[in-house]
Amino acid sequence: MSAHGHTVASHAEAPARTFVWVWIWLVGITGIEVFLGYKNIPPAIMLTILIGLSVIKAALIMAYFMHLKFERLSLVFLLVPALVFCICMILIFFFPDSARLMHMRPH
Amino acid sequence: MNETKTEALSSPWSGGVSPFAMGSKKLGMWLFIISDALTFTVLLVSYSYLRFANPDWPRPFPFFNAITFSTLMTVVLLASSLTMVMAVAAANRGLRDTAVKWILATMLGGALFVGLHLTERMHLIEEGVRPFSNPWGPPLFGAAFFGITGMHMTHVAIGVIYLGIVSLGFGRGKFSPEDVEVSGLYWHFVDLVWMFVFPLIYLMSVKH
Repeated sequence: MSAHGHTVASHAEAPARTFVWVWIWLVGITGIEVFLGYKNIPPAIMLTILIGLSVIKAALIMAYFMHLKFERLSLVFLLVPALVFCICMILIFFFPDSARLMHMRPH
Repeated sequence: MNETKTEALSSPWSGGVSPFAMGSKKLGMWLFIISDALTFTVLLVSYSYLRFANPDWPRPFPFFNAITFSTLMTVVLLASSLTMVMAVAAANRGLRDTAVKWILATMLGGALFVGLHLTERMHLIEEGVRPFSNPWGPPLFGAAFFGITGMHMTHVAIGVIYLGIVSLGFGRGKFSPEDVEVSGLYWHFVDLVWMFVFPLIYLMSVKH
């Protein structure tokens, strides 16, 4: 029920078991990221994998924990382009920096 | 004419009748999340530019114990997100006491995260890192690190206070399950931001 009093459509909800599984996946992916940090991987490759894994984690959090999977598609269309834009902006300087690191810094 | 207008307004895409099928509080929180995501984006873009502009940007975090410590912080924050999900689910099922307990568990996780974060900061300060100087090179490393992680930690601290207010209100029957869900959105967003801060700030700066 909204503040204006009109009824808002109720939506489906995932069972608690699903949330626990999503959490296990999130911790597992974090484990992979940390393992990559332990290994001495070239920065540009490291950044590519880390961003890929972070996007997967963000998608899991938004879809299940933030309930976006069960909301209207119009909300997804409102949110996702903004977040894709954010990630692209972050990468504009990160990728050249990482690529340069491979040539400039001893590992 | 009126019929055509009514028909148009009933379409979700026309904006006439709750186009996102949710209450105004929840939509307001989603819109806030977009604006806050842009704030963190600006900080991370600035950080990446500083890295790019300073070829000798430091990579000061040894795997043991800086990365293992920040990993523990990450797991604590993820765990608090799980307890928040449980709180929202309990609130939606009308289990008021259970929801309050899960919210309190979430607050505990948030407080623990802030405590761990402050401990880590104290270690860096002991090593000589200041906002505009550090022992390793480009002076702005401290400003970038303290600025971004400090902004995130502030969000977590505000979230703990916010959840405290929500748990009190919901426990006393003054707040609705929607209020719990809206506070959950904020909490998960703070978790989501850390999913980018952790790899970009810490894992991309591991000392080998």
